Amino acid sequence: MAPILDINNLYKNYGSVEILKDINVAIEPGDFLVLVGPSGCGKSTLLNCIAGLEPITGGTLSIGGKDMTHVSPKDRDIAMVFQSYALYPTMSVAKNITFGMKVRGVDAATQERKLNEVASQLQIEQLLHRRPGQLSGGQRQRVAMGRALVRDPKLFLFDEPLSNLDAKLRVEMRSEIKKLHQNLGATMVYVTHDQIEAMTLATKIVVLKGGVVQQIGTPAEIYNRPANLFVADFMGSPAMNLIPAKATKNGSGTQIEIARDGAAPLMLTDTHAENLPQDVILGLRPEDIAEAGFRAGEDVQVAECQIDMVEPAGADTFVVSELGGKQVTARLHAETGAESGKPLPLAFDLSKVSYFAPGTGERLN
Amino acid sequence: MTDFTQSYDAPRRNYSQLVLRWLLFSLLGLFALFYLMPLFVMVTTSLKSLEEIRTGSLVALPREVTFDAWRTAWSETCTGVKCEGLKPYFWNSVLMTVPAVFIATLLGAVNGYVIAQWRFKGANLIFSLMLFGCFIPFQVVLLPMARSLGILGLAGSIPGLIFVHVIYGIGFTTLFFRNYYVTIPSELTKAAKVDGAGFFRIFWSIFLPLSLPIVVVTVIWQFTNIWNDFLFGVSFSQAGTQPVTVALNNIVNSTTGVKEYNVDMAAAIIAALPTLLVYVVAGKYFIRGLTAGSVKG
Ligand SMILES: Nc1ncnc2c1ncn2[C@@H]1O[C@H](COP(=O)(O)OP(=O)(O)OP(=O)(O)O)[C@@H](O)[C@H]1O
Ligand SMILES: [Mg+2]
Repeated sequence: MAPILDINNLYKNYGSVEILKDINVAIEPGDFLVLVGPSGCGKSTLLNCIAGLEPITGGTLSIGGKDMTHVSPKDRDIAMVFQSYALYPTMSVAKNITFGMKVRGVDAATQERKLNEVASQLQIEQLLHRRPGQLSGGQRQRVAMGRALVRDPKLFLFDEPLSNLDAKLRVEMRSEIKKLHQNLGATMVYVTHDQIEAMTLATKIVVLKGGVVQQIGTPAEIYNRPANLFVADFMGSPAMNLIPAKATKNGSGTQIEIARDGAAPLMLTDTHAENLPQDVILGLRPEDIAEAGFRAGEDVQVAECQIDMVEPAGADTFVVSELGGKQVTARLHAETGAESGKPLPLAFDLSKVSYFAPGTGERLN
Repeated sequence: MTDFTQSYDAPRRNYSQLVLRWLLFSLLGLFALFYLMPLFVMVTTSLKSLEEIRTGSLVALPREVTFDAWRTAWSETCTGVKCEGLKPYFWNSVLMTVPAVFIATLLGAVNGYVIAQWRFKGANLIFSLMLFGCFIPFQVVLLPMARSLGILGLAGSIPGLIFVHVIYGIGFTTLFFRNYYVTIPSELTKAAKVDGAGFFRIFWSIFLPLSLPIVVVTVIWQFTNIWNDFLFGVSFSQAGTQPVTVALNNIVNSTTGVKEYNVDMAAAIIAALPTLLVYVVAGKYFIRGLTAGSVKG
């Protein structure tokens, strides 16, 4: 299948400032691409470039197999939902939704039919004659979605559509967008700085930092095999534990030594890791450190650790222990007997481990 | 709006605050009286007969109300050699002011829209130059403008006056609209672009409907300035195309024989009525428009 969106070597400058550097992304029909990254990393700028609302400084961009690098937004066959929703304040909800069709000269009967379709799909039938000013945040969000859905475009673009909603509504809308994507089979590009939104919605994630792509991959790849320290730290909550360690070759495997304050160093043996430099940063997610006896597997290794803090969180209990000078979090089951100030045997699942170079931050394994 | 909140906590207000409040009101009342006094004298004088003016006091109410002076001022009094009252000049002013206000407002709206929402290279420079235009004193442009009007073949005509006022007004109207439109999020324009709308479509369907408050401000401002203008009116008109302000001046100055104060006053009020009317009709939008944008970003 030809990619529906193909971005090649895209550069974007504002004046002399490079905002986006050498972006290469391609997505297939039906993909849900999420652009994620910290504030100011250029997510909205990239989306605006895709939409044609900002001219690009270098590179090419094609949509649906056609070169769109210099095509104006209205001819790109896209629909966009903006962070502020950008509803036309003087028009009713119905007019907001049909404005695009009106501009394009779609006949009144078709407009009416599509409006009703979308309105019932989003359950906003009773709001159609209201002005945007008379709607709640969640309702505005739906109308903004409606304005995009009614178009039936090749590509949907969403710029943080949920960031203005409260936590509960955000979760609700998140699953609705997911359902929508599955039902429509549409291709979507979705910007967020919320890594949970990224994980739950995406079929493919692009992690951006400072206008540079850090990693592109499926949510599982990004989560399990982060390409560098930034991605490892950014994706996942609580964040991945990143522990300074020393690696030494030891027969068939590698001996990992983690210094501990006031105690013997923690020694682990990784039988898969090869060619590690002496200094590494070991990355292990909280759920890959369990209470001894609750995790089995040939790469699971148990070691006694001093527990500094216990944080019950309902379904799980998080415990914190200081390893290699870092507060390391482990996710235990709710009924754990862990007590703060006491030692506890913890099981480290080294099949999930990541190693990073301390200098460059790049992944080593 | 604020009155509600103030009367709400009135019981808690203590004595000294009350005194202060009354002092303030009295002072404001005094100022109002001070400003209303001339108007009072004008109105009463215009309703008196010449006889009564000569014998009575300046501030006394008319013993006998007569509208003769108004009739004279409107259609009979002499402005220089001709004696047909203010009427023809009043219509000259209307013919000059209405199109000039309309054109300057429309151009200002489009300019403001371009500068605020379609940022292009040099937009700031152009805007600064336009602002600069607001501060050029009238006198400076008199000679070059006279020359330009001559070249354009508009000298001494009402279209010529319209032209002058439009040129002079664009700076202000652009400033008003630009400042109003920068407060409108640019995402609105982007959304409309994605929806397929072009430059004028977006202006017409999205920005103009939002603009009532600032249109009112601009219209009042332009109307008052153009209607009350004397310098351009006296410089660029000729017999037959003079605006009402120039005619008023001629009435008051062309005293042959007795000075008819009642007619002068009536004429002055007639000349001022349209601007007064505009304020009364659109005044509340004026305040609202001036503060719009500063309230909600
Ligand atoms: N019109 C502009 N002129 C100059 N610089 C700009 C312009 N628009 C954005 N920038 C800069 O480009 C960078 C990226 O901005 P962008 O809006 O794409 O960030 P973002 O990733 O969407 O952030 P957020 O999550 O806060 O929305 C920022 O440093 C911003 O200051
Ligand atoms: Mg953004």
